[in-house]
Amino acid sequence: MGHDHTPAPPARFTRRGLLAATAALPAAALLPGCSGDRRRRTSGGRITLRFQSLAWQQDSLKANKQLVAEWNRQHPEIQVQYVQGAWPTVHDQLLTSFEGGEAPDIIHDATDDLADFAYGGDLADLTALLPPRLRRDIPQRSWQTATFDGRIHGVPFLQEPRVLIANRAKLHRSGVRLPTPEDPWTWEEFAQAAQRLTRGTDHGVAWPLKEPVSATLNLALSTGGRMFHRHPDGTVEVRFDAVDQVVPRTIHDQVNVDRSASRTTLGMGGSDTLPGFFAGRCAMVPLGFSYRQQIVQQAPKGFDWTVLPAPKGSALDQGVSPQTLSIAEDCPHKEAAMAFIDFFLRPPNMVRLALGDWLLPTGREALRHPALRAARYDWATGTALASTLRSAPAQSVRGYPEWKDKVATPGLQEYYSGAIDLNTLKKRLVGDGNLVLARYQR
Amino acid sequence: MSGSESSGTGNAPTARRHTAPTRPRRRGAAPYARRTATRAGQYTALLAYLVFLAFPFLWLLSTAFKPPRELGSLHPTWIPEAPTLENFRQAFAQQPLPAAAANSLLAAAVSALIAIVLATPMAYVLARYRTRLSRAATGWVVISQAFPLVLVIIPLFLILKGLHLVDSRIGLILVYVVWSLPFALWMLTGYVRAVPPELEEAAAVDGAGRLRTLVSVTAPLLAPGIVATALFAFITAWNEFFFALVLLKSPGKQTLPVVLTHFLGTEGVADLGPLAAAALLATLPSLLLFAVIQRRITGGMLAGAVKN
Repeated sequence: MGHDHTPAPPARFTRRGLLAATAALPAAALLPGCSGDRRRRTSGGRITLRFQSLAWQQDSLKANKQLVAEWNRQHPEIQVQYVQGAWPTVHDQLLTSFEGGEAPDIIHDATDDLADFAYGGDLADLTALLPPRLRRDIPQRSWQTATFDGRIHGVPFLQEPRVLIANRAKLHRSGVRLPTPEDPWTWEEFAQAAQRLTRGTDHGVAWPLKEPVSATLNLALSTGGRMFHRHPDGTVEVRFDAVDQVVPRTIHDQVNVDRSASRTTLGMGGSDTLPGFFAGRCAMVPLGFSYRQQIVQQAPKGFDWTVLPAPKGSALDQGVSPQTLSIAEDCPHKEAAMAFIDFFLRPPNMVRLALGDWLLPTGREALRHPALRAARYDWATGTALASTLRSAPAQSVRGYPEWKDKVATPGLQEYYSGAIDLNTLKKRLVGDGNLVLARYQR
Repeated sequence: MSGSESSGTGNAPTARRHTAPTRPRRRGAAPYARRTATRAGQYTALLAYLVFLAFPFLWLLSTAFKPPRELGSLHPTWIPEAPTLENFRQAFAQQPLPAAAANSLLAAAVSALIAIVLATPMAYVLARYRTRLSRAATGWVVISQAFPLVLVIIPLFLILKGLHLVDSRIGLILVYVVWSLPFALWMLTGYVRAVPPELEEAAAVDGAGRLRTLVSVTAPLLAPGIVATALFAFITAWNEFFFALVLLKSPGKQTLPVVLTHFLGTEGVADLGPLAAAALLATLPSLLLFAVIQRRITGGMLAGAVKN
């Protein structure tokens, strides 16, 4: 008996019909939801704008959604649709959105993420759109953080200084002077205080340096460090001068020389250091101002903590990358989008947003609000530091992300762990770094 | 006599009884002990591996029920000291989890269905008709599994953009079908090969046509494999994150894995309790389905691997 594998004449109609029906059912179910972007359509003259927010904390989410609802109630002709984004994925998501022509109209992001989109023509130039009130309310130093090639591509509205969160009881016991925004520690005093606070296995300070570059660069501004120097022809050069070296050398010596800093926290994120901080394993942790919320939520009852200003060098300055609101270049209703931003960032609203995120507003009016000058949770300390916050020197440099990932992050990690010395670090940051930047400046 | 016999005969067997069991015991004791030790070692290693695999899930389970103060403890406990449902309440209050779950369910179910509808006849042809073309096709299916996601995402995005299928559920489902089809095909081919052709031949001898044979003989035998493959495709799509992130823009269309990232802040800070609660809920369907089909999946992968 032969094994005939030749297919018998198939019942084509039956199978095809079955397949067609199977395919058609889900497709039919999906049709109502498969529309593309409808934001440009207007109905009876009504405009709908999409606002992508990155708010993620409960109070902040609530404030964002409430403000959108208030706007929509007051402006029936310009409706804003709230779209939820996320910080960890915002760059990839925006990149593909711009490529696909599906970007939101109003975009929440941070100044250190804007450079590629600003230079790439994806974000609208807001310079001529900004209402005078908003322009006046936000100081020039904040506008500089969102200015690329002389054009403003975002409205900076929330920011945070890096501060020292400290165990007050330990500081009192050690007898060290408590620094204030008016009379902060110098880097030398900070190093001495950390040594006095070190007892046995308990360290004076724990540096969470999972991402060491931004922390190092931003704090180095206090000693006059810039590292990125722009020439008159627009090209940028990396240097690692004596003023750039003060902060990295202090951290290195704390970890490797006097052992006043914990080695184990070098690879940690800020949140990871908190359990050890609560347990008394370290007396101080340099963190963003907004970490106070986690401390309030997670600290054991009765844990006595305080916020201290970061040490100063020649000044108390430090670099920041504020959160911003931008408008997509493709948005056909830029004036309407700016009107929403203006509403969203009115002083009382800016206060609500700042309180929701435990951050500082950039607006002068908002910073005067009593809630942000309260002693509770050391809001006053942070607010007093607002005038010291400057544009992070690297954020407008093309090629900075590659320099950071390929050169600076591994270099600083190795230096802080003691694997390489300062000269080797300098060779890498400058030599390898300028090679990277050169590719972006041809 | 009898005594001597008994003693004589008795001695020998006694001696044999004495020596005979001893020798094998001497020979067999060491291997037996070795076998026991090996087996114990294997079970210990297996247990350690299971603990290693289960650790993230058990930690997630524990975290989901912990209040914030326990999350910040230097000495965390496996069992929450003051278990709470507050994390679940917050998770549902902060993000549209039911809508996102519905989107995930739709994308996963429809893509799994389409993948099965396409893969089943293809697998049958690849398994039954051994031609050069089918061998090349099988090889291509296996090779396609090696392509990393980043290699395909940009071309795929551009193709979908050209078809106006960005920010479209249909676009996402198409991608999921394409993504799960090779593995589904490979799995189903194994199942088809495990069905003896003699059964189809017998049906043909009895006068059944090709379609009747397929429907009445082959399909019932393939059913468990089809179910296992469908569930596998479903779980793959249910858990998928990157395509959904890149392709879907409207908030109403976002899937569960994308919505879970909304609990994350800057610099790796997370709203840990609600995130763990939401992630736990998102994991449950996968766990339940895997618990149901894991034996079938293993069977499907091995089916046809050995010639009977």
